[in-house]
Amino acid sequence: MPSRQPPTSLPSERFAVDVAVVGGGLVGSAIAWGALEAGATVALLDEGDVAHRASRGNFGQIWVQGKGEGHPPYARLTQRSATLWPEFSARLGVRTGIDVGFSQPGGLTLCLSEEELATRAAIASRLDAEGGSAGMAILDRDAVARMTPLPLGDSVRGASFCPADAHANPLALLRAFHLDIQAQGGAFIPHTSVEAVRAVRGGFAIATSAGEIVAGKVVVAAGLGSAGLAASLGLDMPVRPVRGQVMVTERAAPLGDFLFTGLRQTREGSLMIGGTQEEVGFDDGTANVAMRTMSRRAVASFPDIARLDVVRCWGALRIMTPDGRPIYQQSRRYPGAFAATCHSGVTLAAAHALVVAPSIVAGDLPHELATFSADRFHVQAA
Amino acid sequence: MRKVDVIVIGAGPAGMAAATHLAERGRDVVVVDDQRTPGGQIYRGAERNAASPARARILGADAARGAALIAAFRASGARYWPESRVWRVTAEREVSLTRNGRSETLGTPVVIAATGAMERPVPVPGWTLPGVMTAGALQTLLKGDGLVPAEPPVLVGSGPLLLLLANQLIAAGVAPAAIVETSVRPWAARGELSLVLEPVARRDLWRGLAMLAKLRRARVPHYRNATEIRIEGSRRAEAVSFVAGGRRQRIAASLFALHEGVIPAQQLSRSLGIAHDFDERHHAFGPRVDGRGESPIPGILFAGDCVRIAGAAAAEHAGRIAAISALRMLTADPALDAAALADEQRQLQAHARIQSLVDAVYPPPAMLAATPDETVICRCENVTAGELRAAVAAGCAGPNQAKSFLRVGMGPCQGRLCGPTVAGLIAEMQHRSVGDVGYFRIRAPLQPVTVGELADMQDA
Amino acid sequence: MFKRLERGGPTVRFRFEDEEIEAVEGESVAAALLAAGIDTFRTSPLGPARAPYCMIGMCFDCLVSIDGVENRRACQVAVAPGLSVRRQSGARRVG
Repeated sequence: MPSRQPPTSLPSERFAVDVAVVGGGLVGSAIAWGALEAGATVALLDEGDVAHRASRGNFGQIWVQGKGEGHPPYARLTQRSATLWPEFSARLGVRTGIDVGFSQPGGLTLCLSEEELATRAAIASRLDAEGGSAGMAILDRDAVARMTPLPLGDSVRGASFCPADAHANPLALLRAFHLDIQAQGGAFIPHTSVEAVRAVRGGFAIATSAGEIVAGKVVVAAGLGSAGLAASLGLDMPVRPVRGQVMVTERAAPLGDFLFTGLRQTREGSLMIGGTQEEVGFDDGTANVAMRTMSRRAVASFPDIARLDVVRCWGALRIMTPDGRPIYQQSRRYPGAFAATCHSGVTLAAAHALVVAPSIVAGDLPHELATFSADRFHVQAA
Repeated sequence: MRKVDVIVIGAGPAGMAAATHLAERGRDVVVVDDQRTPGGQIYRGAERNAASPARARILGADAARGAALIAAFRASGARYWPESRVWRVTAEREVSLTRNGRSETLGTPVVIAATGAMERPVPVPGWTLPGVMTAGALQTLLKGDGLVPAEPPVLVGSGPLLLLLANQLIAAGVAPAAIVETSVRPWAARGELSLVLEPVARRDLWRGLAMLAKLRRARVPHYRNATEIRIEGSRRAEAVSFVAGGRRQRIAASLFALHEGVIPAQQLSRSLGIAHDFDERHHAFGPRVDGRGESPIPGILFAGDCVRIAGAAAAEHAGRIAAISALRMLTADPALDAAALADEQRQLQAHARIQSLVDAVYPPPAMLAATPDETVICRCENVTAGELRAAVAAGCAGPNQAKSFLRVGMGPCQGRLCGPTVAGLIAEMQHRSVGDVGYFRIRAPLQPVTVGELADMQDA
Repeated sequence: MFKRLERGGPTVRFRFEDEEIEAVEGESVAAALLAAGIDTFRTSPLGPARAPYCMIGMCFDCLVSIDGVENRRACQVAVAPGLSVRRQSGARRVG
């Protein structure tokens, strides 16, 4: 049962900012933080303790490998974000004192059969043909064995490797955003729901449970809660939940820095094992069959993992667009209203902060971002 | 998937009473329990203790009562699975558990959860030091292993269990070095005088007065309304210091037992998404369950202290109430055993009224507001009260955000030892009731299960 | 830290670190160690020394290594002849 919210009050009765961001998850927070960095005044609106929070269930990977097949702009945006991540995370870390745990050991996708290996090789060569795979390479079993911290299971045939893949702690990242937004003079307004947004002279009036906010620009980044608000602003955000289950083990002694598809060790020592792709609507529960499937693959990859205790498990709802790519769009009917959503809130965090946010502040999405308009889902209408 | 008529979770008084009732009526019952012998926490080791004159003398009538219950349970034909841990129950009544190093899932039309109580966590500075245990832990060592402290311990906190433990230690020849009571108001009993007329209440009151008299005779130093408690020591606990009678006191010892009453164990009911109400008087959450033990989820029943604290005698009645409800479901006869049900309900109510007297005499601890910032509240992840307060001041909305920001509740105990404190501290800072603030979202696995056990599951 | 109420009863011998400990059959490993005067069971992954707190399997502060398997709750395991028990030092090792 959702609990009631504590009272929230706005800094002033008729609170005015340059940019109001609706949604305090990783996408909205990155954009709000980036807008502050770009010199705007900012309000970030967030919900209460119990909400669909993809950001809280994130696996924590900056994953470049294999992304953007068939859509070079997505591949480029992903690769650019990974390139921006080191400087971006360092800036956040220095300011907040929070270590967001960024490290870039490169990522391995272990293949447990020759078919899996062939599939990975095909993806790499298609990406290279389309303009770049960020160095994705295919490795045989011996090469993989030299790179891994634990003995490999017998069925491991090889892996694809991408040196650009990295990981970070998504919860620390989110917290750092929230703290630094406040430290830089932004308004972080939690436990607040947005009731309506209407266009007024010079911007938008946002009616919230905490009072009215007037903003020059408004960004809808409320994940699965975006659709209604977006529609009222002439924006289309056709998103659906795709569940990803994740299991976390007890803390283990550090195994060295490594990163696999569906397996990483956090700074704290826990192993994260994930993640499924399930079309189950808004059910964010977990199920034994998926846990067994994930466990079997983890044990087949590294038999020593079998002895670890699983202490937590969750289902997080990814925010999926029809083609799996992000949506960035400015409303034609209400210029100044923007939509931003994706299922890669960690991977694209640096791009959201340092590429998307400044464009929103400037009031114009450049072509490289405009190609992510939701118009692509309605070719006739466009 | 294997099917049974009823799965009972927990072999304490409620679980044993429920299983005995059902098995005696020919039902196929499996009782899953994590201990090596039946009895729950209250009747831990009762079979052995009742047979040992030395232990029976210390534990009094409880061991005999426990042994009798266990004997009936063992003779009933219920299948008893010791050292087995339930890690998931679904609304479809699939019960996943580990047993003998393997994990399996059973199906059943009726689950009776009788997971009992736990001691309310007592976060004071120094409570994580070796040499600090709960009062319940000392009782566990006494009842389960026949161990008593080698040197006189100091008992700190509040609640009837603290007095009971003191008496047991005196009987065992290790009188406590002192009792340091935090919040107790014996005069509050006067407000509940009508209760004293009830025979069951009179018996309990008499027992309480006798325990106090024994303490006085043993000349155990007794401090009341103590505040600002801290356990001192660097590598291990060396002393407790506190303010009582207007001045700071310090008592050196090698062992300290903390206790602030018991609360329902809520992990299982939480994991099912059942609504929980916060009982302001008892200062604890409990699942919303009706007078027949039925939860809002069909076929998922609860019995005993995991619903509302009322003690072991009450739990037997609650167990039989749940058993009758289970039989009604299995037979599709909603009027089955109406007279027996009404009688059990009447007796349960009498015990519940005694508990309200206990709650009046031992009010909820007022210590949270005064918890110093440096106090560790999450033992697993070493998160302090100050860190939680800072996060809440920075906009953290509730327990679940606190968990994701601070790792509070993310360790192997899965939030059991910090959940009540986190909810209480947030409520204080946000000027909300604890019921409004809510609790951690609890999910399976409710007990640790290895990756290998999950991978090897036959029935998932 | 603790002593036994009664003498007698069948005993069990096991190893803790480099010493031999005599326990009574049916005791938990945690109880046997406490009766032997052991008052620190482990260091937590975050540093501090810990010992049994709840004795009912909830707090995970009595973790030890038993026969090479780390992070076992000493209060939940019965003593058995020949067990090899060691203090848990920080997080468990994999492999």
